[in-house]
This record gives sequence, structure tokens and C-alpha cells, in this order.
Amino acid sequence: MTAPVSIRSVSHTFGDFQALSDVSLEIGAGEYVTLLGPSGCGKTTLLSVLGGFIDPTAGEVLIDGRDMTRVAPAKRPTTTMFQDYALFPHMSLRDNVAFGLRMGGMGRAARYEVAHEMLDLVGLAHAAATRPHALSGGQRQRVALARALAVKPDVLLLDEPLGALDLKLRRAMQDELKAIQRRVGTTFVHVTHDQEEAMAIADRIVVMNAGRIEDEGPPARIYREPATLFAADFMGEMNHIPARSDGSVVTTSFGPLPGLRAARGDAVLCIRPEALRSGEGALSFGPGEIKVSAFFGTYTRVQVVPEAAPDLVLTAHLPPSEMPEPGSRLTLSADAPAFSLFPTGN
Amino acid sequence: MMRLLPWAYLIVAFVFIYLPVASLVLFSFQDGGLPVPPFEGPSLRWYADILSDGDVMAALGNSLLVAAGSAALACALGFLAAYGLARHVLPGSALIRGLLIAPLTVSYLIVGLGLLIVIQRTGLGLSLMTAGIGHVVINLPLCFAIIYASMGAQQQNAERAARDLGADEFRVITLVTIPMLAPAIAAAFFLSVTLSWDEFIISFLLTRFDVTLPVEIWSMLRSGLSPRLNAIGSLVFLVSVTAVLILEIFVFRKNRS
Repeated sequence: MTAPVSIRSVSHTFGDFQALSDVSLEIGAGEYVTLLGPSGCGKTTLLSVLGGFIDPTAGEVLIDGRDMTRVAPAKRPTTTMFQDYALFPHMSLRDNVAFGLRMGGMGRAARYEVAHEMLDLVGLAHAAATRPHALSGGQRQRVALARALAVKPDVLLLDEPLGALDLKLRRAMQDELKAIQRRVGTTFVHVTHDQEEAMAIADRIVVMNAGRIEDEGPPARIYREPATLFAADFMGEMNHIPARSDGSVVTTSFGPLPGLRAARGDAVLCIRPEALRSGEGALSFGPGEIKVSAFFGTYTRVQVVPEAAPDLVLTAHLPPSEMPEPGSRLTLSADAPAFSLFPTGN
Repeated sequence: MMRLLPWAYLIVAFVFIYLPVASLVLFSFQDGGLPVPPFEGPSLRWYADILSDGDVMAALGNSLLVAAGSAALACALGFLAAYGLARHVLPGSALIRGLLIAPLTVSYLIVGLGLLIVIQRTGLGLSLMTAGIGHVVINLPLCFAIIYASMGAQQQNAERAARDLGADEFRVITLVTIPMLAPAIAAAFFLSVTLSWDEFIISFLLTRFDVTLPVEIWSMLRSGLSPRLNAIGSLVFLVSVTAVLILEIFVFRKNRS
């Protein structure tokens, strides 16, 4: 079961705090969307609005074309996978997974059959009779997933589902979540503050900040061509180079930038560390002194203070075969498509 | 020497606590007519005597009835109050909590006298039920405090999940909240049973013809010491110990594992 979700001009305030300001978002049926942002950006509030746990101050939520804004969680075609899993400790895994079906009035034999199927889907069919306290964190998380999916929701809401797992398990569970989503076809809306997790798992990332959507789109597009400076920074490490536009030509301390246009005023030029390379290129940052050089396995991370702009520190990820010594000189450059330019407003 | 001192202290403390109980139990097996040294026996004649005494047995039954009934009612009311206060934002909830717990600080004598005046005024008539009401009054704060203290975020999230999966409020409470709180509710129940079982002043003031066991013992005491009283006391003690053991084995043990 799956359905599209339409969020229209949703705002919500907690007392004086504006948690969501006029958020609109369309989510397609069967899509895997992550809401990404720092703590307090409104992503969990938006998920709670979708799940029915919060009545938004303004705006509406449509699921499969029907207005669900004020419908109770029990009556929505959504289920939520909670951050702390919220399993029922006094029930076996089988009863946990079958709980939603029991509420729907399904008979014991039929619901146990579905529960077994769901437990099998998450690889825990052998433990159907055990209680949650006997499980590890990753296993509890799988049970919570099976329980939420057992009622065949149109939309599954996941509230930082991998937050309590260690890094290795988190990466493994990401792949599994994605595979399960592909298999069941349900629309998944997943809240996280980990941009690597978002990129690994999502069809589409929605970057949020201060109650607003900063950017939304496929992971690669958001990473390479972020719509805002916030999205650029949140998606990964970014070099900031002050720039200035006179209306036709953009200039930095390293000279005019070919092929970029911006409205008159101050701006900031952003470039990812891995887009910088040693040697000359379309945009050269000239020679500089290497302050730090560290080997990271898949790349060598260097920090260079360019001679043309001694206030700046440029971070570059060079191929691991290059291991320049700190104190030596290095010329960094980049190619034009790797830039993003954002006006800073004055 | 310094290592023996704590042990000696421990033994002295336990002797101080349990010597009266031990002597009570010992002289319940007295063969003679007075529960004083020297010990003669052992003999079960006083147990046979009280077990065949209709008044004592009736009082024992009354006590069990009042204890179980008042504990069940106090638990039910305490749970509902705790659930309401823990799950809903109410105006003046701190004050309501305070008022619910305040009766703990009032002496049983005052509670009993107050209830006596009210009951006399309403013309309800004194009975086991009025004694039971008195016990609900003294046990409700305790039940509320125990159950309220064990309502944490974990239950709240599980309740949220149950609601999300389609459970209505009734099924949220019966299938999730109460089972998750079962240890606390059982602890409150058994504690209330033991307190009600031992309680004298309120029962004395609020009963008339049917009396509870402590009141019966008191009226027997007026005709002087007898090993019969020791035998009754031992039985009362046995019931209390049983309740505590049940609590320990089935509630706290399960909770720990």
C-alpha cells in the first residue's frame, strides 16, 4: 500500500517558537524522502504533523488526496517508527508486530501469519516468541519496522530510526531499510540529522532549517548544486571564498571568475574540498603554504593558506597518492562547474 | 574487632526489631493459660481454640474483605488519578498532586474522627463498608504516589505507538498502560492490603457490629492476656509475611530480570 502526500502551507508554533513556517511539500507515492536538518529545524515537528500527533497551527496535510490535517493518528493511513522504538515490553515479538492488526479486528491465526511474514522480512522470524528485552538495539529497530509495516500503511514515518545504533550497524541498516522500502513500495518519510545517512538512503532529500525548507531534490543535485548556502554547508564540508559582483563580473581575491553571473553586491563562492586539485585549472587559487596534511585512506586532506588571500584557509581532498609535506608550497585549482555562488545580502 | 562491630550492630538491631514478634510467636505455642515464661509446650491448643471461635473467624474474614476491597478501590482510583495527571496537562496539576498526597501526613486518628463525624451526620450507619472507605482514604495517596512515580516516558511512547497502530483509549490503557505498570500496581495493592490488614484506629471508630480482626483482638485484650491472642497475632503476622513474600517473588523479582 502506498499513497502520495501533500503538505500545503503548514505552519506550527509552540508558544512563541515558530517550529514550522509555511512549509509546502509534495511527496510521490512510493518515494523515499528524508527530512534533513539540525536539531530544532522543525523536521520532527513536520513528521509529527504527518503522523497526526501535532495539530498544525495552519495549513493542511493530504494523504492520497484526502484531508488528514485533524484526523487522529489511529485513523490515518500512516504509522510511525519511533526513535526509541516504543516496543511493548510485556508482549512477545509476534504480539508486538500483530498489535496493529489486532486493533483492526483481525483474528489471532490470521494476524500471527502476517506477523510471521513481517518478522521474516526483517530476519527475526526465529525469535517470534521472545520478548523485546532479549534483543539488541538493531533487532529492536527491526521489530519496530515490522510492527509499523504489518498494518500495511500508505505512508511510514521514521523518526531518527538509526540514531541509537553504532556507526557500522547504522550503515548496514540503511541499506536494509532501503531494500525493504523497495520491496513493500510504501512511501517512507525519514527524519535524520546525518547527511551521509540521508544521501545513502533517500530518493529525495528535503533540507530544513529554522522551520523552512531550504532545498529539496535528489541527493547528488543537492550535494553538487545546493540551492542555498545553508544546504551547501549542511550537506558536507565546504570552502567559503568571499566574492563581489559588480552586476556583470564576479571577482574574488583570486581574480575574476569566468562564466558566473550574480546580482550586484557581496557574495560567497562555495567549493567542495574534493573539487580542488593540485596544479593549474580554470580557476586557480595560486600558490599557497600547506599548514596541515593528513592521510585519510581514500584521500589526503590538506589545508592551504593561499598567498593571494592570507586570511583564507582552503581545505582540499587530494588523491591519496599525493602526500605533500606541511610547510611546502602547493597550487590549488578547480573547474568552473564545481562552484556555487550565493549572494550574502549586502 | 573493627570487622566484627558492624555484624554485632546488625544482630543487635535485628534482635531489637524481631524479639517482640519472636516471643509472641513462641508463646502462642504455650501449653499453660498465660503467655509468660517459663515456656511450657509446645502445644497447638490455642490455635485450635481460636480456629473454632466463630467471632474470631468472622473478624478474620471481615478483615480480609475490607483489606482486599479497599486496596482494590484505592489502586483503581490511584491509577486513574496518576494516569490523568501524568498524561494530560491540567490547570493546577501541582496542587491536585499535593492534595492527593496530603492525607499521608494526617494521623489515622484524625482521619478516622473526621470520617466518623461525617458518617454520623449523613446517617449512613457504621459498618465494614465505612471502615473500608476509611482505608481507601489512607491508602489512596500511597497508591497514587507509587503508580505516578513509575509512569515514565517509556510507557508514554508505547502508548503513543499503540494509538498510532489504531488502539482506542480504552485499549491503550488495558493492553499497554496497565500491563506495563503491573509491577507498580501490584506493589501498591499489596502494600495497601498489609496496611489495611493491620489498621486499628479507623476500623475501631468506623465499625459497629461486624468488626475487623484488630478490633476483635482489642476487645479480647480487655479480658486480660491469653495465649489465644498470641495465636491470633501469629496468624496475622503470617498473613502479612505472605503478602510481602508474594510481592517480593512475583513482582519485584520479575521486574528485575
